[in-house]
Amino acid sequence: MAHALVAEKHPLDDLIRTDRMPHIWCPGCGIGIVMRCYAQAILESGIPVEQHVIVSGIGCAARTPGYMNLDSYHTTHGRPIPFATGLKLVKPELMVTVFSGDGDLAAIGGNHLIHAARRNVDIKVICINNFNYGMTGGQVGPTTPLGAKTTTTPYGNPENPFNFPYLLAAAGAVFVSRWTTIHARQVKEDILYTFHKPGFTFIEVLAPCPVGFGKSNNIDEGVEEMWLYRRRCVLAGRVPDETPWEALQVDLREERPIVVGRFVDEERPVYRPVRLEDKPSEHRG
Amino acid sequence: MRREIRIAGFGGQGVVLAGYILGKAFALYEGMEAVMTQSYGPEARGGASSSNVVISDEPIDYPFVLEPDVLIALSQEAYTRFRPTARPDALLIIEEDLVTPLESDRALRVPATRLAEELGRRIVANIVTLGYFTAATGWLRRESVEKAIENTLPARIVPLNLNAFARGYEYALAGERVL
Amino acid sequence: MKGRAILTGEHFMHGDHACTEGAIAAGCRFFAGYPITPSTEIAERMAQRLPEVGGVFIQMEDEIASILAIIGASAAGTRAMSATSGPGFSLMMENIGLAVMMEIPIVIVDVQRGSPSTGLPTLPGQADVMQARWGSHGDYAIAAYAPWSPQEMFDLTVLAFNVADRFRIPVMVMSDEVVGHMVERVVIPPEEQIPRWERKRPTVPPENGFRPFLAEDDDLVPPLAHAGEGYRVHFTGLTHDERGYPDMSAETHHRLVTRLVEKVRRNADAMIRYEGYGLEDAKIVVISYGCTARSARRAIGQARAAGIPAGLLRLISLWPFPEKPLRELARQAEAFIVAEMNLGQMICEVERYVAQPVIGVNHAGGAMIPPAPILEAIEEVATRGARIGRRKASAG
Repeated sequence: MAHALVAEKHPLDDLIRTDRMPHIWCPGCGIGIVMRCYAQAILESGIPVEQHVIVSGIGCAARTPGYMNLDSYHTTHGRPIPFATGLKLVKPELMVTVFSGDGDLAAIGGNHLIHAARRNVDIKVICINNFNYGMTGGQVGPTTPLGAKTTTTPYGNPENPFNFPYLLAAAGAVFVSRWTTIHARQVKEDILYTFHKPGFTFIEVLAPCPVGFGKSNNIDEGVEEMWLYRRRCVLAGRVPDETPWEALQVDLREERPIVVGRFVDEERPVYRPVRLEDKPSEHRG
Repeated sequence: MRREIRIAGFGGQGVVLAGYILGKAFALYEGMEAVMTQSYGPEARGGASSSNVVISDEPIDYPFVLEPDVLIALSQEAYTRFRPTARPDALLIIEEDLVTPLESDRALRVPATRLAEELGRRIVANIVTLGYFTAATGWLRRESVEKAIENTLPARIVPLNLNAFARGYEYALAGERVL
Repeated sequence: MKGRAILTGEHFMHGDHACTEGAIAAGCRFFAGYPITPSTEIAERMAQRLPEVGGVFIQMEDEIASILAIIGASAAGTRAMSATSGPGFSLMMENIGLAVMMEIPIVIVDVQRGSPSTGLPTLPGQADVMQARWGSHGDYAIAAYAPWSPQEMFDLTVLAFNVADRFRIPVMVMSDEVVGHMVERVVIPPEEQIPRWERKRPTVPPENGFRPFLAEDDDLVPPLAHAGEGYRVHFTGLTHDERGYPDMSAETHHRLVTRLVEKVRRNADAMIRYEGYGLEDAKIVVISYGCTARSARRAIGQARAAGIPAGLLRLISLWPFPEKPLRELARQAEAFIVAEMNLGQMICEVERYVAQPVIGVNHAGGAMIPPAPILEAIEEVATRGARIGRRKASAG
C-alpha cells in the first residue's frame, strides 16, 4: 500500500515571505533560482538567520529582499553597496549580502562597486547578470554585448560591455566567480563559501531574461537559454595564464564558450575602521 | 566698544595661530566677546595671509574686520596690501627687519624674527609679536594670553612659546608705552 | 585609551569643529563624507575624533555613497551624520527621500557656499534653504535648522539628532561658510545637561507579529527595529503597507505619504525654534536667519537707537517654518523685511502668512550681507512707508 508523502513545511519556509507570493518575476526568469541558492546557503551557513541581512538596489533582482524573511533593505537604484557598507561597519557581526542586478551594480552603481572592492569591505555581492534592464522592459545595459538588440538599441548595441570578472579582479575583490542558473549547486556552494571568506566577494550569475533580452535576440524561452548554458559553458582554467581575462567576455548570441568558474580567491587586508587600540601610542592625538 | 585687529604676514609666519590665541585670550580669559575669521582657499595659501580678530564688550553681530584699529604686519607684502584697509590713524605694529613703512606712518617696530631666533626658533616670531602687542596696547592681561598659549599648544612647545611671549612683552615695556 | 566624548567647558572654537563636537556629544558614532569646501573641517575633525570615542569614520567615493552609508549605519542602530556643501547636497537629494520613506533618522550638515554649480567654494551663501525643504522628488517633510554662531553649530547639531531620532526623519543643519569658518566662544555643557531624545523602539518581541510601519501613537511615529535584532523587517523605498511590504495601490500610497507629511506637521511644535529681538512694540519686523541674522540684529539695534520701532524675528528652524509667531506679529507689524543671502527664498514663505508688504534685502552670496542695507531698508520703510509688493534691495 502506497503512502502519500505529505510535507507540512518546506525547510526554506522560514526564510521566505510566503505571504508575499506570487512574486513579480516573469515565466522563465532565472532570479528565483539564485534566490533559492541564497536561501539554501543561509540555512547551511550555521549563522543564525537573524544575523543575515540582505540589501538591494532597484531592478528585478533587487526585488529579492522583499521575498526573503530577513532584515532586508530595498534601497535606491545603484546604491545597495554604500548602504550595506554603512550597516556592516556599525554591526560587523552581521552577514551582509548585496543581491542585485548588472544594471544596478555596474551602471548607475558602478562607482560604488569598484570602490567597495578596492576597500575590500566585508560584504558579499551576488550579481544577477541578464544582459539588460528587465524591469523597465529590456533596455541596453552595461553588460549587453556589442551589437545586441534591445529596446534602446534597435539597430544593435554600439557599445562594448563590461567583463565583470575582469573588472572586479582589477578593482581588488578577493573572491570572484561566475556561474549560470543551471549551476544551482555551484552557486549555493560559492555563496556558502563567501559567507566564510572575509572581504569583498563577488558572484556573477548569468540568468535568462526571455522577456527582456531573449525576445530581441532569438532566445525566446528561458529554458532555451538554460540549454544554451548547458551546451556552451566551460570551466575556466587558471586565470589568466590558462584562461585569459578576455576569454571571460560573454555573448549569448554567438556560438562561443561561456567561461564559468572561480577566477579569484585570494587574501588581502579586509577594511576595518580605524581603531586607536590598534595604533602605536605615538599615533594617538 | 568694538575693536578690530588684523594680523598679516606671509604663509608660514603663523598669523592664524596668533589670531586664534589672541581671540581666545579675550573670549575665555578677559570676559570679552571675540570673533576670529581668516581667508580660505588657494588664495589664502601663498602671498599675504591674514587673520582677523574683532573684540567687544557686547555681542558681536558683524564678525568681519571692516577697518582695522590695529594692523600687525609681519611682511612687506602684507603691509602694502593691508595698510590701505586700516584706519588712517590705526595702530601699526611692524616686523622692523621685514617691513619698511610709508614715511607718513608712525609704526611701532619690533624685530620679532630676530628676537625669536635668539630663542632658537624663528617660528615663534608670531608669539613674540603677541607679547609686544599685549604690552603695547594694555588691552588685556598678560596672564590671559599666557593661559591661551598653555591651553592651545601641545605641552612640549608651551615653554618655548611662553618665553617668546615674554620676550616680546618685555621688549615693548623697555620701549615707550604708546596707548 | 579613549578620548573624552563630551568636551565640557569653554572653548574658542571653529564653527565646523563645534558642529563635530555637537554631533559626538549627541552620540553620533558614524560619519561618512566626501571632502568639499567649506564643510571639510567637519570631516577632518570627525576623522580625528571618532576613533577616539570608538566611532567609525569613512571617506566615501562621493556624496551619494555618503548619504547611503549613513542611512545604512543608522538602520543598524547608530546615530549617523554626513556634512557637505551645495554640490554634494545636490547629489544627496534623491536619498533624502529614501530616508523619509524608510523613516530612518539621519543628520546632514550643509555648510552653504556661493551657488549654483561650483559657484564660490570658499565664500558664503544661503541659497540652499528651499532645496533643503523641497529638493527630493515627491511630497515629504523634514526639519532644518540655521545656526548663526559656532555655539549654535554645537547646540543645533545636538537638536538635529534628537529631532531625527524622535520623529524618524532626516534633519538638516543649514549652516553657511561664515558661521562654519568663524571662531568664537563655544560653551559645551556637562553630559547630563545635553538633551537626549531616544528613538521609539519595538515593545513586542519579534515573534508577536511586529508591524514595523504601523504608527499607533498620536505622534504618528512607528517604533524602529534595527538590523540584527530579530525582527526581520523589510524596508523599501517603494510605497509600502504597515508590514513594510510593497503595495502599489493609490490608497496605501495616499495613506503612507499623508502620514509621513502629517507626522512632521503634527509634531512641529517640538521641532520649531525661533528667537525675537525687540518684537514687543515692533512695527517693522525684520526676518532673518544664519549669519545674515547677525547683521539684522545690528541693524535693528541701530534703528531703535534712531527711534524706529524695529524688531527681529530670527528663524532658528527654517523647517518646519515658525508660522505661529509670524501670524502673531502680523497683528502689530506694518511691514516685514526679509534679509537673506539669496535672491528671495524664505521671503516666499513669509508672504504666505502675512498680508502686509514684505520687502526683501537680498544678495546672491559671496559676502555676508552687512548691517547697512538692512538698516537702509528699515529707514526707508519708516520714512516713506512700505510700498506694496516686493522690493529687491541690493546689498552690494
